[in-house]
Amino acid sequence: MVLDPMILDGAIALVKIGILLGVVFTTVAYLTFMERRVSALIQDRIGPNRVGPMGLLQPLADGIKFMWKEEFIPASADRKLFAIAPALILVPALLIFAVIPVGGEVTIPSFTLFGLQIQETTTTLQIIDLNVGILYVLGMTSVAVYGIALGGWSANNKFTLLGGIRSSAQMISYELSLGLSIVGILMLTGSLQMSQIVDAQDGFLDWFIFRQPLAFLIFVIAAFAENNRLPFDLVECEQELVGGFHTEYSSMRFSMFMIAEYASMIAASALMATLFFGGWHMPFEDQVGPGLVTLYQVAGFLLKTGFFLFVYIWVRWSLPRFRYDQLMAIGWKVLLPLALLNVVITGIWMLV
Amino acid sequence: MELYFFLFFAIVAVASSVAMILQRNPIYCVLLLIMVMISIAGLYLMLDAEFVAIIQIVVYAGAIMVLFLFVIMLLNLSREEGGTFRIQKPLAVVLAALLFLPLAAMVMSYAGGGTTTPVDGGEAGFGEVEQIGTLLFTKYLLPVEIAAVLLLIAIVGAVVLTRKGTVAVDG
Repeated sequence: MVLDPMILDGAIALVKIGILLGVVFTTVAYLTFMERRVSALIQDRIGPNRVGPMGLLQPLADGIKFMWKEEFIPASADRKLFAIAPALILVPALLIFAVIPVGGEVTIPSFTLFGLQIQETTTTLQIIDLNVGILYVLGMTSVAVYGIALGGWSANNKFTLLGGIRSSAQMISYELSLGLSIVGILMLTGSLQMSQIVDAQDGFLDWFIFRQPLAFLIFVIAAFAENNRLPFDLVECEQELVGGFHTEYSSMRFSMFMIAEYASMIAASALMATLFFGGWHMPFEDQVGPGLVTLYQVAGFLLKTGFFLFVYIWVRWSLPRFRYDQLMAIGWKVLLPLALLNVVITGIWMLV
Repeated sequence: MELYFFLFFAIVAVASSVAMILQRNPIYCVLLLIMVMISIAGLYLMLDAEFVAIIQIVVYAGAIMVLFLFVIMLLNLSREEGGTFRIQKPLAVVLAALLFLPLAAMVMSYAGGGTTTPVDGGEAGFGEVEQIGTLLFTKYLLPVEIAAVLLLIAIVGAVVLTRKGTVAVDG
């Protein structure tokens, strides 16, 4: 019996989603470990090395610990919103991965599974190639504000409320620069589609980092602010706000905030690699054998993403935090004009 | 398949909007309105209007509703007590009925026919960014420019209003 191609497409999509979620969650777990080890390295400490060989089982131990912690809900909290706020922040972060291309086309050879004959198919290593890919990403980042704002509000605590409001203001402000910094790329590519943006960078010197260096700088700074990472983590500024918007959270709900933070970090790193560093295109890819080229490209993409994740951690443990008014001033008075200037320069460059 | 998706988004949209009106807690109202916006975006997506769907999410769900939420959170509006809208309630019923009549008449007039087809439905490139962009910068250039100037005025106005309390410092 031959499998219906429509069902096959659905099955392939489900498998891709499954693999992607698995990879993202594993990376999140090991990113927490990496953060602790790298911070230890930077501060000349050893870091967690007790659980398993070299401490590699530490994320698992952390997970088990989180699960057995008491789930505490403050008496005056709005219970429903308090419960769903972590999900509202995690879901948009995960949805971003749907449009990120991990690799080019792969061909699945025909084979027989439990008497079902599955035909040869080609598929791209991307869940969905939306026509409005980049806008979709921006839409998801703008929806992510709700989780933080509601998490801060629903706990009914002045520190969490201040953290929530700070973060919403910060995320709305930096969204503008984030969106505008990409406009230069869109002008050069002439498309919002992720696959076309990647295809526009197939040669090493075509990478947008060489053509849009200013945009990259703005994008990185805005992405750091969007993810509420140091030096812009005023949302959870310990000295002023105890723990910020998640002060009242505990147990798995707290860990969901952490997972969301790291997942959006991975998404932002993957976007930096996709938009500015050629996506899955690698130098010398035509010299790699035909069987290995996809593997080489995917490995290259993961390596680039991993590098930006390292930069995130590196910056966090190297730079001090900005003051809130400085943060707003940078966002509105420096980044936004620079992003507009970048659009103008790109326009002039394209015309000349 | 398409029918089930339509039913899902339609039911979510209608149910959330009804719940939004019946809800007394303003924060819940905002959240339910966001649900309505997102399900309408889903309906746009089913009409092959990807761009409009995403813009619906970015602009309404992502920007305007955040401001709503902000205002409500900062003013700390508590639950609306019954009786505030004494005159409005019967008035709303009458107005809703008036609005419903032409709408129902329109739907009824299309019901039996089956001659009406979606405008330019399956045409390649329909609803895509390129097409919308081309239209906006050729056929509808003047309205776009006028809207842009209006928005600029609004931005400048907002800046002027918020600076009201501060004394102008020279240099």
